[in-house]
Amino acid sequence: MAILSKKDTKLITDPLADNNPITIQVLGICSALAITADLKASLVMGIAVLFVMGVGNVVISLLRNLIPSKIRIIVQLIVVASLVIVVDQFLKAYAFELSKTLSVFIGLIITNCIIMGRFEAFALANGPYRSFLDGIGNALGYAVILILVGFFRELLGAGTLFGIPVLGDPIEKTGLFSTGYENNGFMLMPPMALIIVGLIIWVQRSRNKELIED
Amino acid sequence: MIEHLELFFKAVFIDNMVFAVFLGMCSYLAVSKKVTTAVGLGAAVIFVLAITVPLNWLLDQYLLQPGALVWLGPEFADYDLGFLSFIMFIATIATMVQLVEIIVEKFSPSLYNSLGIFLPLIAVNCAILGGSLFMQSREIESLGLALNYGISSGIGWFLAILAIAAIREKIRYSSVPPALRGLGITFIITGLMGIGFLSFGGMLTGGDEEAAPVKETEATIEKVEKKGVKDELANNTKTLN
Repeated sequence: MAILSKKDTKLITDPLADNNPITIQVLGICSALAITADLKASLVMGIAVLFVMGVGNVVISLLRNLIPSKIRIIVQLIVVASLVIVVDQFLKAYAFELSKTLSVFIGLIITNCIIMGRFEAFALANGPYRSFLDGIGNALGYAVILILVGFFRELLGAGTLFGIPVLGDPIEKTGLFSTGYENNGFMLMPPMALIIVGLIIWVQRSRNKELIED
Repeated sequence: MIEHLELFFKAVFIDNMVFAVFLGMCSYLAVSKKVTTAVGLGAAVIFVLAITVPLNWLLDQYLLQPGALVWLGPEFADYDLGFLSFIMFIATIATMVQLVEIIVEKFSPSLYNSLGIFLPLIAVNCAILGGSLFMQSREIESLGLALNYGISSGIGWFLAILAIAAIREKIRYSSVPPALRGLGITFIITGLMGIGFLSFGGMLTGGDEEAAPVKETEATIEKVEKKGVKDELANNTKTLN
């Protein structure tokens, strides 16, 4: 990381662990959990947020001295909404199947609190370059949790990763299934996403005692 | 009448905003430490949903849908402004929230005092935009049904935040493992409540042997697919012309 100074590196690495947007800052849970039933959708959602956050943070940071503070929320929403339309149209053109699975949740990136939260907390007070790094860092932290949840849900729920069977065939009883292992279809139900995030929080806070709430 | 009732139960219990589609989770987690504040925010959500969903329904019907502009004249019949719906919806929501805030402040200061601080929060609550987007993707037929959908999904959200706030007030007296305290346990409880709400799935089908929620998602996917095919067809015909 020779290109980035120490302070800038921190902007990217911090949100990945000790200041994770989902598990610590509690932002952006809204649109995230419903689409984590399989890994591919989680990955695409992560990339979409990465794009919107990176570009959005730069735009807001460039405009920060021009936006009257009274209407800043509307301005921010319009910026995000335009970026999300770009993502949505792109997905419809090049990954139509996927955009159907994600349905309204791409649109809900607009009100993803993580984006508004970073605009308010960072981009409005910092230059474009640092805002860009902050956006990328937070989006990566968000994507990491999404991918983790998607990984476990797809692996335990359907025995596949990215749609490719990795544990053998449940019908032919090959691989792990020959030992009597069964898929846990319950993992694909929405509530399990919440419970897995809860467990991730548990693991993370057990490892770093400073994060424990009282 | 029966369809109104059906939509009501579906929006409140089966497709509950929080437990089935995780909308509005941020404020749900942040403002659920005390029952009184939870009630305030819940009421504000119902209020705003009841205004924005019918309004966005009108916008969708007369401006955004493929062929919606036909009232301007026959030559507008094949315009499709659907890609603008995100920006239109969010702009409506943001302005309506601002407007409601001003009106309530002027005419009912007591209501403003109880709702006021929550109103700005609501513009970025995904449950509000989600309500409008689901209204669009589920193709709700009439203005009355749209109003019903707005109010009842708001009530569903209200129920959820009220329940979790009550549980969180009680849980303070239990000994939760330290690392799970606060956020972690709230997530897990919400998950468990979600599992509970899954059992409402059979409510409208009379508890068929097949689990209803699965059918539900299949049905919506099918609907979306159909819509997609329709769009594709429309595009194709456009290129042909």
